[in-house]
Amino acid sequence: MKMPAPDAALIARKGEIVRALRRIVPGEGVVAEAADLVPFESDGLSAYRQAPIAVVLPETTAQVSAVLAWCQANGVKVVPRGAGTSLSGGALPLADSVVVGLSKLNRVLEVDYANRCAVVQPGVTNLAITAAVEAQGFYYAPDPSSQIACTIGGNVAENSGGVHCLKYGLTTNNLLGCELVLMNGEVVRLGGKAMDAEGYDLLGVVTGSEGLLGVVTEVTVRILPRPQTARAMLLGFPSVEAAGAAVGDIIAAGIIPAGLEMMDGPAIRAAEAFVHAGYPVEAEALLIVELDGPEAECAELTGHVRMLAAQRGADFVKTSQSEAERLAFWSGRKAAFPAVGRIATDYLCMDGTIPRGKLPQVLARIYELGREHGLGVVNVFHAGDGNLHPLILYDADQPGQLDAAEAFGADILKLCVAVGGVLTGEHGVGVEKRDLMGEMFDATDLACQQRVKCAFDPGLLLNPGKVFPVLHRCAELGRVHVHRGKLAFPELPRF
Amino acid sequence: MLDEATRTLKPTTPDEVLSAVAEAGAAGRRIEVTGGGTKRAIGRMDRTDLVLSTARLDRIVDYAPEELVLTAQPGVRVADLERLVAARGQMLAFEPPAWTRLLGARGEPTLGGVVAANLSGPRRIRAGAARDHLLGFAAVSGRGEAFKAGGKVVKNVTGYDLMKLMAGSWGTLAVLTELTIKVLPAPRTETTLMLFGLADVRAGEAMTAALNGPFDVSAAAHLPAHAAQARPLRAEMPVTALRLEGFEASVAARVDGLAMALKAFGRIEAVEGDLSRQFWVQVREVEALAGDPRPLWRLSLPPAVGWRAPHALPGDALYDWGGGLAWLATDEPAAKVRAVVRGLGGHALCLRGAEAFAPREGPLGALQGRVKAAFDPLGVLNPGRMEGGA
Repeated sequence: MKMPAPDAALIARKGEIVRALRRIVPGEGVVAEAADLVPFESDGLSAYRQAPIAVVLPETTAQVSAVLAWCQANGVKVVPRGAGTSLSGGALPLADSVVVGLSKLNRVLEVDYANRCAVVQPGVTNLAITAAVEAQGFYYAPDPSSQIACTIGGNVAENSGGVHCLKYGLTTNNLLGCELVLMNGEVVRLGGKAMDAEGYDLLGVVTGSEGLLGVVTEVTVRILPRPQTARAMLLGFPSVEAAGAAVGDIIAAGIIPAGLEMMDGPAIRAAEAFVHAGYPVEAEALLIVELDGPEAECAELTGHVRMLAAQRGADFVKTSQSEAERLAFWSGRKAAFPAVGRIATDYLCMDGTIPRGKLPQVLARIYELGREHGLGVVNVFHAGDGNLHPLILYDADQPGQLDAAEAFGADILKLCVAVGGVLTGEHGVGVEKRDLMGEMFDATDLACQQRVKCAFDPGLLLNPGKVFPVLHRCAELGRVHVHRGKLAFPELPRF
Repeated sequence: MLDEATRTLKPTTPDEVLSAVAEAGAAGRRIEVTGGGTKRAIGRMDRTDLVLSTARLDRIVDYAPEELVLTAQPGVRVADLERLVAARGQMLAFEPPAWTRLLGARGEPTLGGVVAANLSGPRRIRAGAARDHLLGFAAVSGRGEAFKAGGKVVKNVTGYDLMKLMAGSWGTLAVLTELTIKVLPAPRTETTLMLFGLADVRAGEAMTAALNGPFDVSAAAHLPAHAAQARPLRAEMPVTALRLEGFEASVAARVDGLAMALKAFGRIEAVEGDLSRQFWVQVREVEALAGDPRPLWRLSLPPAVGWRAPHALPGDALYDWGGGLAWLATDEPAAKVRAVVRGLGGHALCLRGAEAFAPREGPLGALQGRVKAAFDPLGVLNPGRMEGGA
């Protein structure tokens, strides 16, 4: 993985850059000492580390705007950062960049129950939004597993998902508006409290743009009334095929569960050894099915799911009888990553999506690839929407193992694309999958995406080295067909 | 492919679309892009040299009900698509409206058209709009380049979400040649609870109470007296309606709970089956205002203040999306309508009348213009369509 070559002249201007940032953000809002920069060197993809020139922690939109405008005027690259939990390296600094951390913009500005929305600053954590509204019976639906730490600004940048997005959608389906600072310092508001906005849906394209289009300084999210009840079921199967078929049957019966997760045998055993959630350790596949709604609905649907699972040979069926038991059922799944951390010194978490029907075939091939690369693999899976999370086990202290793990990961993602799926379901492209974009998109597809980038950030200063395998100069991409030496409509703006 | 009399191109393959747009760009021609042509009345259309219709790109490419995914070409008729998925117990959850009677249009809405206009019906409050169901697409940009984005699976964050840009771009960025959409299980049953005689403000409170409780309301509308008189209800007084959908036991439980929660709002009646379905078609199609000769406005507002815009603007209104969508027939000038709606935190689209879209202004307007130029720098596709002014 190669980042754009750093500009030594910019790094040499560190003193001047830090002074300029301190004029904009006084006090302790600029971090410049090498030792203090260490916590910002990396994000959730900890295999990569790089210290930036400096970190600036603005406290107002005006400061964010002034920082970006100064950086643009001085040709300084900017890497936005929320809590730094990205699993794809979205917040990985560049050596010649300034990191703009949004952690001090951490207030819930308004909860508007009549309009079922909350207006929050980007540094508010995902879980804090729910905490702010739950006393009134509401919650914020997207629930990435890092929700205790990850921020809503980061969720917008990554279009984060979670275990409930089959029924309740990703971040993009739960946003109403945002305030965005462009790289030139301009502040625009996209959307608001209405259900749509005029003009092109720029809120939609900014969501999931991985910090390449602008810096979000305020977010308006939809909040939902909490369902009356939620029940979780554990269904153990003797094979992945049987569990996969049961998932298909549940969907075919018209049931969209609130959560529909699968774990393979190694994942079940690792999780059970770690948290004792009551999982069937002899099963080769475990489904966790959550149903929510009125009591009557949960009762009817758990009965229906139990029957469908039995028809596919489930030999372990358990339905939660209390909220404590429901949370216990989830504890194993939620602890799957740390549980794997106990059986391997390091792991890489992959994130492809496949058509659900291809699951048995894809899993079989993943095990085979593991043998070829000489590495173990454990699979957890958002089965309802086909989002795979293979965890590749390796030891970073063994020479060559990180490279082997990355090669194995790339093979898995290529496999996902080959069966009709995609490179990333919810973690983002970042630096991790950047060089695989060519597996899904040809040069024209990528040029079309990058021209959107150019409309927002023509100097390509915002979060470079992420998402696009090659960043073309905007002037080069903007060329239009010239007919007989003259442009057809000379009055139109071009870039 | 070209009908000389109407200057209409009807390509039958994506490659023909590509060559048509590329040739037009090279020759300095401008193209009107159309699907079924049912929404042509909306928005300005500057002079164009030819019409490109996607009507013959009408193939279902792939339908995998168990994956909740369907891929089709843009010219497929929405009605045909809805029949196809209904046969497998599924639906287009965003409940796209046709608005044919409303706009006095002939023809049939197409998939490409409802996505390009980002249309959605009463279920918008629960299931989202067309934008929330477009998973991927292939298209030809105004530059005459074939490109694709997204995927054919329900969960995907690979690359920019250009699906959101295409939905609601009214054919001004690219000609869609293939779309992959999410389909969802259709509800087994529906019941609509109706409240009678409520003034607009009180109706707004009732809808908020319903939507803020754990009832999973799938549609919430209020018809003032003039609109309640229309088919199929022919009621003598205002009607406020709340739809509950899903499995039978669940709907029954939520009907009871919601009726209890709305006790303070007076008499409640439960309406089921065909009458409930017909009622929501009437709301979706804005039938009560279809024959009104005045300019018709679609006002998108924060739901709790939905009623305020029509109260500041003389005319006849009705409300959907729990108040978040107000339909208003009024002779008030466009500038006044937009000013009132903006003041309330919303925006206005004129369906019948000269100035459909608001003019682009300020840094956001400039950004919108740069996005248009990114895909269509020569202004080949639907020139002027989303721009303000007559």
